[in-house]
Amino acid sequence: MDTTSQAVIEVEHLHKRYGRTVAVDDVSFTVERGEIFGILGPNGAGKTTTVECLEGIRKPDGGTLRVLGLDPRRDRKELRQRIGVQLQEAQLYEKIKLGEAMQLFSSFYRDPADWRRLVDELGLADKRDTAFQKLSGGQKQRLSIALALVGNPQIAILDELTTGLDPQARRDTWELIEQVRDRGVTVVLVTHFMEEAERLCDRLAVIDSGRVVAIDTPGGLVARVTTEQRVRFRPAAPLDDRLLTQLPDVTGVTRHGNQVVVTGGRDLLQAVTSVLARHQIVANDLRVEQASLDDAFVALTGRNIDN
Amino acid sequence: MNSSGKLILNETRMFLREPVGVFFALAFPSILVVILGCVKSFRSPSADLGGLRVIDLYVTIAVTLVVAMIALASLPSILASYREKGVLRRLGTTPVHPAMLLVAHLVVSLAAGLVSVILVMGIGRVVFDVPLPRQLGGFVIALVLAAAALLAIGLFVAAIAPNAKAGNAIGVILFFPLMFFAGLWAPRESMPPLLRHIGDYTPLGAGEHALHEATMGSWPHAGTLGVLAAYLVVFGLAAARLFRWE
Repeated sequence: MDTTSQAVIEVEHLHKRYGRTVAVDDVSFTVERGEIFGILGPNGAGKTTTVECLEGIRKPDGGTLRVLGLDPRRDRKELRQRIGVQLQEAQLYEKIKLGEAMQLFSSFYRDPADWRRLVDELGLADKRDTAFQKLSGGQKQRLSIALALVGNPQIAILDELTTGLDPQARRDTWELIEQVRDRGVTVVLVTHFMEEAERLCDRLAVIDSGRVVAIDTPGGLVARVTTEQRVRFRPAAPLDDRLLTQLPDVTGVTRHGNQVVVTGGRDLLQAVTSVLARHQIVANDLRVEQASLDDAFVALTGRNIDN
Repeated sequence: MNSSGKLILNETRMFLREPVGVFFALAFPSILVVILGCVKSFRSPSADLGGLRVIDLYVTIAVTLVVAMIALASLPSILASYREKGVLRRLGTTPVHPAMLLVAHLVVSLAAGLVSVILVMGIGRVVFDVPLPRQLGGFVIALVLAAAALLAIGLFVAAIAPNAKAGNAIGVILFFPLMFFAGLWAPRESMPPLLRHIGDYTPLGAGEHALHEATMGSWPHAGTLGVLAAYLVVFGLAAARLFRWE
């Protein structure tokens, strides 16, 4: 059997509404074994509802779902033995100690992981006797990951894992997720952080208003929307825009205060610097900007992810 | 240990780690008996009470107080907080159904209640010479029905309360009038007949009535037990229908 390209999650035309509100309109994607698959979109795009249908927590109103070959509703019990879920903003008993929580949750599974080793690997060994309410935000998130992994799942579904964490804790968490993938666990990561999606995901589904806008690698998404480059600088001497607009590689020139922003094709930097050199104009604070996943998102959805 | 055993062990730990809850469920009803028993006049037979002593009445009243503390003052806020904090939702993503947590909590509540009832009656018997129930079978039936009816009401409150704070508030607001009819501030025997009659239709009033009858040696009145059973069925069904896991 070909194990390198095996779909562990198949979603076809998923549709879910709450009363008259359509939460998920039409979502289809597949997740391959061993990858980190991102579901990216603004708040309210339908990301959480989509994964809740995968987890069997919600009943879809339409479409077909297969997770590890199982039907998430009908085979709910069996599926929960095989997937691990980290919920957005779920707390625990305030006074439960970390070690007790791990022991309790590991008793729910047929073939649990060694929770002591898991706690060690997640850097929580010295917190085993600490009550949940005394843990920091980052430690709570790590415990949450540990609880999602304690059943030895084949798939881990992680929802808004790093929301509310400081930048350092966020980066540490990203490293953890890569370790999880390296253990052979397929990871589904729900996020609205571009940087997170770009850094972690092998492939991404961009979701907006309950629909899949695009599915690709982060690099593929960027390349799909633009081949444009941007050069930004502050000319030391007065500069006539026409010098730049005449260049074949340049597609646009805009000014922001005393900054000039030139957009254009692949050889933009070369073209701009040589014309400036010819006219003996020094370019201060010269910077080349390539399109990011942010730009790709704006191009795909017509808006910024944060609004 | 299997998952149900672990859940019960965990609920026990969580219960024991809340000193305020432990005090009111396990110690307060017994302390009440001790304090009232220290009042000299409460230890002498009273003609108004048919030759009984005040302390004789207050042991059964303290037993209903145990039931009320656990079912109304503690259960609704704890279960509502489990929902509010997402504990039930998180459990729902594991192979264990979140209903198991409710069952575990009920088991621990019943065990704590039993310990507290034994303490109350033991202190009454040993320290103040209050006789044990003469109709023990009837007493057990009355206690089980009263506990079940009040736990059903507590579960109903937990079902409709939007959060832990509201669960606590509703539970406490119910606690005072219901305990009034059970005779916490003035025993049923000293109430005007109308008030006592109304009390017979309240869960704790009916509970205290049934417990008192069994203590005196007769079977609890079928109508009184019927009132308790009706509360159990109505609020039990309503709680089952309305309970939300998130």
